[in-house]
Amino acid sequence: MDRTIIDLWVGIFVAAGVVALMVLALKVGNASTINLSESYTIYAEFDNIGGLKVRAPVKSSGVVVGRVAEIQFDPRKYVAKVALRVDRRYEFPADTIASVLTSGLLGEQYVGLDVGGDTVVLKDGHTLKKTQSAVVLEKLIGQFLYGKAAEGGNSK
Amino acid sequence: MRSVRHVGGSVVNGIWRLGYASRFFVLTLLKSPVSFRRFHQLTMREVYFTGVLSLIIIVVSGLFVGMVLALQGYETLQKYGSSEAVGTLVALSLVRELGPVVAALLFASRAGSAMTAEIGLMKATEQISAMEMMAVDPIARVIGPRFWGGVISMPLLAAMFSAVGVFGGYLIAVVLIGVDDGAFWSQMQAAVDWRQDVLNGVIKSCVFGVAVTAIALFEGYDAPPTAEGVSGATTRTVVTSSLAILGLDFILTAFMFTGV
Amino acid sequence: MATQNLIEVRDVTFTYDVRPVLKGINMTFARGKVVAVMGQSGCGKTTLLRLIGGALKPTRGEVRVAGQVVHELDTDGLYRMRRKMGMLFQFGALFTDLSVFDNVAFQMREHTDLPDSMIRDLVLMKLHSVGLRGAHGLMPSELSGGMARRVALARAIALDPMVIMYDEPFAGLDPISLSVIGNLIRRLNDALGATSIVVTHDVQESLKIVDYCYFMNQGVVEAEGTADAIKASTVPYVHQFVWGEMDGPVAFQYPCPPYTEDLNLGADRA
Repeated sequence: MDRTIIDLWVGIFVAAGVVALMVLALKVGNASTINLSESYTIYAEFDNIGGLKVRAPVKSSGVVVGRVAEIQFDPRKYVAKVALRVDRRYEFPADTIASVLTSGLLGEQYVGLDVGGDTVVLKDGHTLKKTQSAVVLEKLIGQFLYGKAAEGGNSK
Repeated sequence: MRSVRHVGGSVVNGIWRLGYASRFFVLTLLKSPVSFRRFHQLTMREVYFTGVLSLIIIVVSGLFVGMVLALQGYETLQKYGSSEAVGTLVALSLVRELGPVVAALLFASRAGSAMTAEIGLMKATEQISAMEMMAVDPIARVIGPRFWGGVISMPLLAAMFSAVGVFGGYLIAVVLIGVDDGAFWSQMQAAVDWRQDVLNGVIKSCVFGVAVTAIALFEGYDAPPTAEGVSGATTRTVVTSSLAILGLDFILTAFMFTGV
Repeated sequence: MATQNLIEVRDVTFTYDVRPVLKGINMTFARGKVVAVMGQSGCGKTTLLRLIGGALKPTRGEVRVAGQVVHELDTDGLYRMRRKMGMLFQFGALFTDLSVFDNVAFQMREHTDLPDSMIRDLVLMKLHSVGLRGAHGLMPSELSGGMARRVALARAIALDPMVIMYDEPFAGLDPISLSVIGNLIRRLNDALGATSIVVTHDVQESLKIVDYCYFMNQGVVEAEGTADAIKASTVPYVHQFVWGEMDGPVAFQYPCPPYTEDLNLGADRA
């Protein structure tokens, strides 16, 4: 079997394709940041999740440590039950607080984890006890107007 | 009455042809082992014809599409003061949609039509019949290697299209307009996910590769053995596979990117 | 007697959709002979070759090749049988993407495990027998019509077949190529000890080389016999065909109403 000029071209072609894939994976995408194949799942219950979506990031101190895996409505407690898949490399105390936050004024919503001081760490399947719901803009404006009105009433 | 009969006839004919095409596709898959057993001798050549010869059109188009995306995206994003997000815009549009779809459309018109014309001419000049009379199965010997050559080439071409497109976007946004280099890449990397975006794009282009080559080969094999027959089949290949690409893209996008 | 006849066509009827192409054909092709099947274009000659090659199934009747009924063979059996058949297509049907050498080597590479050096020798021998050993490096697009036909002939005999079928081997050739092909058909048949079936409408050229001859007209065998018997035939159709007369059983005029009626001559006078 002889090597031909076609082999050379096909070789160049395949190599270029693989390089392009690598560029897309490493340079354009973020294959290197978190690895969710090694993860554990914890749950958090929120009164209101606002615009949180599945696959939204889970951050602690601003670093992405996991992703939102599932969002369900609990029909008995009337709360939103959110499953968080967290990278196995990171462990969190049991009294960690989860809150739904917004990056920037119009940015995407994510789950922030504020670390507590407990010595017991969260395990797969645990549910966070303390959560903070999303801030709903209409409620915030409503409160602000109400406060202003009350202020105005007092000053008279 | 006659029009009813006409409509009925064309429906029956269409379903008949669909069944024939499906059987052809299954036969191609069943007779594929030859394409791999004699990969170097048969399939390599087809990777060359479908992949390497489509390289230039893919790379040049990718570069221009990326550059246009960056220009248009910058104009719009600038109004909201987030011109650094142009990297995200270019990369996400390319990796998720434009890379696989536009590369497949170009592939259909460059390689698909050539494949149909080649097979159609082989049929018109009795080369297929001659092969059958020599006790060589044309589906195993002619169709199979071309099919796998196309299926191997397509995702590689789409990846190159996206990568070159991102580079084109970088040229316009960073080098020409002066968007911050670091922000361009970091915002892009934060937004583009390896599994969700890149891998799904690759899966899309594999599906398109199967669809385009299967359509092109079937149209060629089914073409009436005349000059008009072959030219008609070539046109049908481009039309049918373009529609198939866009339709499949809608279905795949609905499955992949709607996080419901 | 049965061993003498390599191919037997018995009472074969073939209808394409609803149009009858062959209506009860009986033919025998004896071992070692060159037999011509003649007739006008569209009289079912090529269909007959396809039936013998197993590409079509007869509607009724059977075709036997070396004792086997062709349409009863499964795919493997059919392919085994076809390895012993060579066929020369009307315009050669060379593989346009392969060189002359690779075209002739095609079947050897597909069906045998011969080493490359032996294939090379065999291919050059086959090409030499058609006088084109020097052209082995050319591509089919670089060949003239006559040369392409000869290469196709070399390819058809690549595996030393027991049957060689020719579909219009003389169509569109200049007089020199014509007699070259005609002589090659005869010589190769005798050298290989094969049986040749020549489907053609070129009477003069084929009558020079054949042992026996069938005349077909509209799906039936009109006449048969040796070359001399055909030339002397008094069957009107055969006579018209052999001597190329303009009018006869095959009318010059396409069926039409009387001339005077069509030109409205009668109506004007009335």
